[in-house]
Amino acid sequence: MILLTRKADFSAAHFYWNDSWTEAENFRVFGKCANRQGHGHNYTLEVTVEGEVDPVSGFVVDLKQLKDILEQEVVSVYDHRHLNHEVPEFKTAVPTTENIAIAIWHRLDGKVPNAKLHRVRVYEMPELFADFYGEGA
Amino acid sequence: MNGPIAHLSRRYRFSASHRLHVDAISPERNREMFGKCNNPFGHGHNYIAQVTFSGPVDVATGMVTNLADLDSFAQRELLDHFDHANLNSLEFFRDRVPSTENVCVELWRIFAEYPYAKLERVRVEETGNNSFDYFGEGAKIQHEE
Repeated sequence: MILLTRKADFSAAHFYWNDSWTEAENFRVFGKCANRQGHGHNYTLEVTVEGEVDPVSGFVVDLKQLKDILEQEVVSVYDHRHLNHEVPEFKTAVPTTENIAIAIWHRLDGKVPNAKLHRVRVYEMPELFADFYGEGA
Repeated sequence: MNGPIAHLSRRYRFSASHRLHVDAISPERNREMFGKCNNPFGHGHNYIAQVTFSGPVDVATGMVTNLADLDSFAQRELLDHFDHANLNSLEFFRDRVPSTENVCVELWRIFAEYPYAKLERVRVEETGNNSFDYFGEGAKIQHEE
């Protein structure tokens, strides 16, 4: 079994807000991340899949195919978007790095032929990243 | 209300000096074992401490833990003591060599006290070319990365 990791980048805006809280409570918990105008990051996504090496191709998955799946399922939806306003999963969930990793897992789970999703890692910046290994992990 | 478990990693930088030296053995043996790291005046590094925590993602906040809490904990418990310090002068290293392995063990002790999430891994990068991981005492090494 081999783990294979592919990276992709996207840049997006977001802010942190919980509608069921007062403005004061939002700013107390989220600090400057609660600024309603939003702010942005250059995110890096690392998707790791696991699978057996195909004896003919020598691949776990076709990298071009994986790249296209990441582009279609994630990058085309998230890149140069405002996550709170334009990406459906963040109408309700706060677009934290943790929730972005979980959302990307759900976007990709089952979409990669011949391989199983192992880990989704999302870097909000080089000093901060979240990992998600699936619901049962 | 809690959602699924995620892992959150944060990197902190500190610059510190140290000298690898064991009082109980001869100066010759020290020089032989530690080489230029045994220089009597010490030397320094820009360290990076990468700490990984796990926990359920709080549905209200979307977070494993609030970064402001983690950053203030790291500032108070780690950076205030380690940054621009001589590691040999810290309590933990009075009777231990301040190797990066031992720095990992001490950082585990420090961050294991963080009350809001479970510490999973401490990685310390001494330079861009060497890094050390510690998963806690007795932990099975996770063969990943």
